[in-house]
Amino acid sequence: MEALAKSDFLAKGETAAKPLVLWRPTAKTGLLSWLTTVDHKKIGFLYGISGLFFFIFGGFEALLIRIQLAVPNNSFLTSAQYSEMFTMHGTTMIFLVVMPMGAAFFNFIMPLQIGARDVAFPRLNAFSFWTFAVGAVILNLGWFMKDGAPDAGWFGYAPLTTRHFSPTHAIDMWVMGLQLLGVASIAAALNFIVTIINMRAPGMTMMRLPVFTWMTLFTSFLIVLSFPAITIALVEIMMDRLFGTNFFEVSNGGLPILWQHLFWIFGHPEVYILILPAMGIISEILPTFSRKPLFGYPIVVFSGASIGFLGFGVWSHHMFTTGMGTTATAAFALMTMAIAVPTGVKIFNWIGTLWNGHLTMRTPMIFAIGFLWMFMIGGLSGVMHSAAPSDAEQHGSYFIVAHFHYVLIGGSLFALFAGIHYWFPLMFGRKVSEFWGKTSFWFVFVGFNVTFFPMHFLGMEGMPRRTFTYDGDMGWNVGNMTATIGAFILAIGVAIYFLTMIYTFFKGEKTSKDPWDARTLEWSLPNPPPEYNFKVIPTVHARDGWWYEKRHTEEIQKEQAEHAKEDEAHGGIHMPYQSIYPFLASVGILIGALGVAVIDPASTTQDPGFWGPKVAVTILGGLIMFVSVVLWALEGNDGYHIHLNEDGSIKSEDHHAGH
Amino acid sequence: MSSTAAAGAIDHHHDSTTVTGIPNKKLLMWAFLASDCMFFGCLISTHLIYRLHPPPGTPNARDVFSIELTSFSTFILLMSSLMMALAVNSIQKGNLKSLRWSLLTTIFFGLIFLGCQVYEFRNFVFEKHLTITNSILGTTFFTLTGTHGLHVLIGVIWLTAMLIYSFTGRLTEKDAIDVESMGLYWHFVDIVWIVIFTAVYLLEYL
Repeated sequence: MEALAKSDFLAKGETAAKPLVLWRPTAKTGLLSWLTTVDHKKIGFLYGISGLFFFIFGGFEALLIRIQLAVPNNSFLTSAQYSEMFTMHGTTMIFLVVMPMGAAFFNFIMPLQIGARDVAFPRLNAFSFWTFAVGAVILNLGWFMKDGAPDAGWFGYAPLTTRHFSPTHAIDMWVMGLQLLGVASIAAALNFIVTIINMRAPGMTMMRLPVFTWMTLFTSFLIVLSFPAITIALVEIMMDRLFGTNFFEVSNGGLPILWQHLFWIFGHPEVYILILPAMGIISEILPTFSRKPLFGYPIVVFSGASIGFLGFGVWSHHMFTTGMGTTATAAFALMTMAIAVPTGVKIFNWIGTLWNGHLTMRTPMIFAIGFLWMFMIGGLSGVMHSAAPSDAEQHGSYFIVAHFHYVLIGGSLFALFAGIHYWFPLMFGRKVSEFWGKTSFWFVFVGFNVTFFPMHFLGMEGMPRRTFTYDGDMGWNVGNMTATIGAFILAIGVAIYFLTMIYTFFKGEKTSKDPWDARTLEWSLPNPPPEYNFKVIPTVHARDGWWYEKRHTEEIQKEQAEHAKEDEAHGGIHMPYQSIYPFLASVGILIGALGVAVIDPASTTQDPGFWGPKVAVTILGGLIMFVSVVLWALEGNDGYHIHLNEDGSIKSEDHHAGH
Repeated sequence: MSSTAAAGAIDHHHDSTTVTGIPNKKLLMWAFLASDCMFFGCLISTHLIYRLHPPPGTPNARDVFSIELTSFSTFILLMSSLMMALAVNSIQKGNLKSLRWSLLTTIFFGLIFLGCQVYEFRNFVFEKHLTITNSILGTTFFTLTGTHGLHVLIGVIWLTAMLIYSFTGRLTEKDAIDVESMGLYWHFVDIVWIVIFTAVYLLEYL
């Protein structure tokens, strides 16, 4: 029944008072507080800041690509630089922008929506973030080295990535970077799964979960089940590169097609990992600003589940042109058509939510409706590819580029932008200016369409992807010039968006609690939420829990007063101690990964011997990680208890409680 | 409720602090094992796919394998699962002495398995001339069984840590869930070995 707060304190009270032999950081402000934090809100903030930082990075790469393609036979970038740009643009936007921004909302919002005081494993959560940061560093290290950045595409098809064709460390860094991002994502996803299943507030049954929390759960399952495939693919390519194995060595019986299969078994669920959180955000925003409950809640939830499930059976539609044979092609074509059904169902549910609602056109709502429309275009051009013959025509052309940017910008990014606007008052207690919010939307919306709509035509006219330039007589000049102009309009829109956010963060208008008159539990908190989240763990009586609370204030007040008394009798609010070890473990991983990916073996002879600097650094990193993990286990998951005043400020902290 | 936990013996099958009653650590381990299933699934598939397309000159697996030794080490690993189950049972009853003996035996059996694997690898490389680089069979065989061996090694280190803590007082009956989660991991690694033994070894003798 009870969540974390009412731990089995009584059972352990007598045997408590275990001496703290290990250092417990207690800093609440300053650098140390960020390095040692286990607070899901702070970790979510870190994810969000990192995601936005890399968004600027990846956007800059995109602009360079568009400048190069603006006119035919341009020499702004060399072909080698161009390859680095599109590889890093794709890798960055997927793994370092959309995924961490999703993770930011999972971390910040999901525990608040289910009425929990933290995630199930706070220190593991910190470890996820720091390992993510380490992976991001390794991935981008090439920019500062003579080897250059990774340049084999975000899909890294073997044998292009083998040592024979990519002899420098650039690919090693790509492999190691993705590997670590995978570890970070899996660790975080395991944590979210346990949190959602086990730490819901009383009364928060599964079918009362806010849809965003449902989508967090599905995304987490997708991560947990799909990332191992790319882990293995990366292990195999790494073994080929480091130890000369034959996984993708054709002359010794290796099959490069295996890379494609393993990559896309991960890669297609990854597409849903990027879009399901967006769908969750939209499903929160539309009801709030339509002033209606979500239309067909169970259908939205189950269609989310079936998208996740079917998502594992469609990977080969990325490989129709590889010659899999008619049976496999037909099967994957059918599955791909089938997965469009639950997606369409969701669109209709959202339209049903808007239908007859009292729509308030605030900035989050504008972005959400932009999402609906743009994502639908991306979905329609996507389902066209399920017909294998049509796909063969479009494969590797700009049509594909147009399609997935409609899904990833018009879909994921619009929703993330909407989410930032929507939850900004909760996270920081300040409200974004409607004028500047809407201005940024229109620039982004127009710029986005001017950039990517012409690409449909460019693709149909045969312009290939990943080619650094083209001749002037191909008929692609106008389309490319238009797209480049659009890209700059989009960039201006994004710049307005960011400047508005930065201004609001420091100087924005303060808002009261629950400024949108929203429906879900996170809005029952003061803004910004206190570190312990809920003064009293809420009891949930309806699907839109906070909506119900607002309409039954007397009943809820009485109930909360009772529960507050019980809480106090059980020893107050339990808070986990901060810890430095997750961070140190990630530092160890960073050093080890540098050893594997960056450092040269001692000599350049055929057999450099075992104990070169490469092995030494790798083992050093491994040891640091191992020691950190042991200390992490040894310090235990202890915490302390806090007692509150009436107004929610902290009256006293109780460090003798053990557990 | 907490009060019931205070009154009687510890309930090892129901955690009053979680919604489902399943302890968080156990749920985490189950979810992780699902992930690990996919992990080994991809490695085993790689082996099975490459097995079908041996280029000329690939050594015949049947000439390389020594099924007697592997059968023995498989049996030992399965018996270690029995001892692991007994260890979980012991700590749930608060019987630390029995826990220590069970853990020690599990570690011992795990080490025998690892020893057999080291012997096998050396034998294959130096006597049978199957290396990780000289053929696709070597590549997939050493990578797959090596990864499994690494899992066993991690398990042995984990068990050893538990054995040590059972003496220092850090591991007592209330920490039974830690041993139980570890047990889930250990049994899983055993089950994976049964699949590997069938798909990699026995399949060659059909």
